[in-house]
Amino acid sequence: METIAVKMEKITKSFNDVKVLDSIEFKLKRGSIHGLLGENGAGKTTLMNILYGLYNQEDGEIFINGKKENISSPVKAISLGIGMVHQHFMLARPFSVVENVMLGRKSRRGILLDTKQTAEELKTLAEKYKMEIDPYSKIWQLSVGEQQRVEILTAMYQGAEILILDEPTAVLTPQEVDAFFETLKEMRDDGKSIILITHKLEEITSIADEVTVLRDGKMIGRRAVDSTVTKDDLTRMMVGRDVLFDFPKNTIEPGEVKYSIKNVCAKNDKGLPALKEFSLDIRENEVIGVDGNGQKELCEVLTGLRKSDSGEIILNDKKMVNKEPVYYIEQGVSHIPEDRHTTGLALNWSLKRNLILKELNKAPFVKNGLLQPKVIDKYWNETKSEYQIKSINGEEKARALSGGNQQKIILAREINLNPQVLIANQPTRGLDVSAAEYVRKKVLDARNAGTSVLLISADLEEILQLSDRIAVIFDGKLMGILPRGASTHEIGALMMGKKQEVASCEN
Amino acid sequence: MLSNIFTLGFLVSLLASTIRLATPILVPALGQIFTQKAGILNLGVEGTMTIGAVSGFSVAYLTGNLWIGILGGIIFGMLWSLLMACLSITMKANQVIAGIGLNILGAGVAVYAYRVIFGIQKLPPQVETFSIINIPLLSDIPIIGPIFFQHNILVYLGFLLVPITWFVLEKTTFGLKIKAVGEHPRAADSKGISVAKIRYSAVLIGGAYAGAAGAFMTIAYLNQFTEAIIGGRGYIAISVVIFSRFIPKRSMLGALLFGFASALQMRLQALGINIANQLLLMLPYIMTVLALILASKKSEIPSAYTIPYSRLER
Repeated sequence: METIAVKMEKITKSFNDVKVLDSIEFKLKRGSIHGLLGENGAGKTTLMNILYGLYNQEDGEIFINGKKENISSPVKAISLGIGMVHQHFMLARPFSVVENVMLGRKSRRGILLDTKQTAEELKTLAEKYKMEIDPYSKIWQLSVGEQQRVEILTAMYQGAEILILDEPTAVLTPQEVDAFFETLKEMRDDGKSIILITHKLEEITSIADEVTVLRDGKMIGRRAVDSTVTKDDLTRMMVGRDVLFDFPKNTIEPGEVKYSIKNVCAKNDKGLPALKEFSLDIRENEVIGVDGNGQKELCEVLTGLRKSDSGEIILNDKKMVNKEPVYYIEQGVSHIPEDRHTTGLALNWSLKRNLILKELNKAPFVKNGLLQPKVIDKYWNETKSEYQIKSINGEEKARALSGGNQQKIILAREINLNPQVLIANQPTRGLDVSAAEYVRKKVLDARNAGTSVLLISADLEEILQLSDRIAVIFDGKLMGILPRGASTHEIGALMMGKKQEVASCEN
Repeated sequence: MLSNIFTLGFLVSLLASTIRLATPILVPALGQIFTQKAGILNLGVEGTMTIGAVSGFSVAYLTGNLWIGILGGIIFGMLWSLLMACLSITMKANQVIAGIGLNILGAGVAVYAYRVIFGIQKLPPQVETFSIINIPLLSDIPIIGPIFFQHNILVYLGFLLVPITWFVLEKTTFGLKIKAVGEHPRAADSKGISVAKIRYSAVLIGGAYAGAAGAFMTIAYLNQFTEAIIGGRGYIAISVVIFSRFIPKRSMLGALLFGFASALQMRLQALGINIANQLLLMLPYIMTVLALILASKKSEIPSAYTIPYSRLER
């Protein structure tokens, strides 16, 4: 039997005269997990969309199990045993699991749906791969991790032998990732061939058997993943240069306490206490990293998006409690929100408009109630070159940009006007290595310019790298504050609820 | 006066007429459930119904066969909605504008066609209408019989479409595909379903239902064609769809509500009640607005409602 499941030769594809794939070679061994590594915009997804028949290549050939195939549509791909789980799920939310699975499959009962039979087969299949799922639950009732399972099951149900997964872990919690990788290994051992599209190096080193690296639509290399492969090697292949993973220690010493959170209590969406008597002081020129649960509510209280039940927030001796969000903006509290698509950007607005979103009623951008296009254009051009935003003229919708470029717009908006306080919530989530590096640099620049930064991140590495001090929350309470250089072990211990004397560690 | 209203005979005829008047609302509404579930808001129902009315009448008049007349209404209704499908699916035009345009055009074309076919006559041409069918045994039951079982055949067929529509949408692969292209066209596309094809069929079904309802007005309700014969029923049907949250059973309720209001205002006028008849005429429309306000909160509108689909757009 042929051991190469997929072979793609000299694949070339352009969009609007821009070559997004240039003569790419790709080979997938049967029964292996193959990482497809590259930064956002490298062409990984486009290449796989071609394999799945969503796009047609301009040039090049595809061989499935050694046989040359013309994959003109997803239906053809499915019939060849290729399944794909997209980054944005292809699930209709009001439908049940089984309805989603039946979509686009021939029913065994002619024009009538064969719901019952399908549901039962689905259950058996789910048990085989240890993925618990109720075929009759509606998609909107499921967690993101469960929805992903539905996607994988659907592909398996359609008889996929070759499974393409597009950034599958982007939406999962760390615990879910572990379970997910177990499932992948299970499937590999079952003889399935898996392509894992990712920009996360750890995923390649921890689970992939082989890796192919793309950069700017070009194939950089292909190699087996063994103990000799290091993160630095992969980074160099992916980015084309060395990337800063360690930032130098803050040379400017933090100054006086500028921003104080005192005994704040707040409830979460379910009405349960999320913050309990939470207190924290942040000084000038200081980054405080916050880890633990209750982060979301904390951010919202600090920016006026959530009411606190008690407590005070003091900025430069001024009390700010339960005001409208605009009040905090005027006081110089900037906010990089957790989800750039819902709270960070007006996706259908132009980049320029998004950039001045917070200045829409202020001179010099607005005079006598009229926008001042010349002033805005000038500001846009300066910002664009300073932040290296990839854009044609700033008139395109924010939706059209990559995540990294979107985040740069938000950064520019929030940092450019020298804020007093910056609340940065998951500032690098979903960004590729070089974009994340850029965002981190900018956050440190803001600190060095005097801003007090509250950094919230699920990425512990990031917190350790950037923070001058680290505040650990457990169950809505401040468990302790650790100095720079603390180990993950110490943080872990605090997060488990082992309270540390706050006074003893405060510098 | 009030004693006139609360006689049994009055009530029975009021309710029977409610059912008859609900039919030309119910049928286009059911058709629109198909169309709208597929993600297309066809505001041109009113125009489609007017086209159905004139073509149903003309065909019935010229062939002398009412059934062929209904068929004519259906075919021309489908042809008219084909325009909507072309504009909204192939050309990706704004659906609201396209629908309103086709309404205005439809009214004009209908009257023009009528003049061309019949010229100007002293007395408007007329057709025999469908006769009343008394369902054996059932129609003899006192009160119930006259209300439910003494109608023309199209009324029965119209109400029969309620379970049929439900069944097609909930139990068949075609129904699942219709809902899928309205909810997540990209997912449907990635599973090999032609979004355009399904949307075209959904719009055409809507056109067929609306055309039939238009023909109902001229050859089963009145026996002639007039310019304003549809009288906003197309728009009411659209609001009934929203009110019903796209559920066939509930759209029957909505249609009956409107039918009741229409029947009531006609009878109150006939009784010579001392209320300006303009006010009475408003009754069904006011009820529609009220019902919509009450129901609008929970309406589960398909995610891709009124959004054209193209594969390459991100």
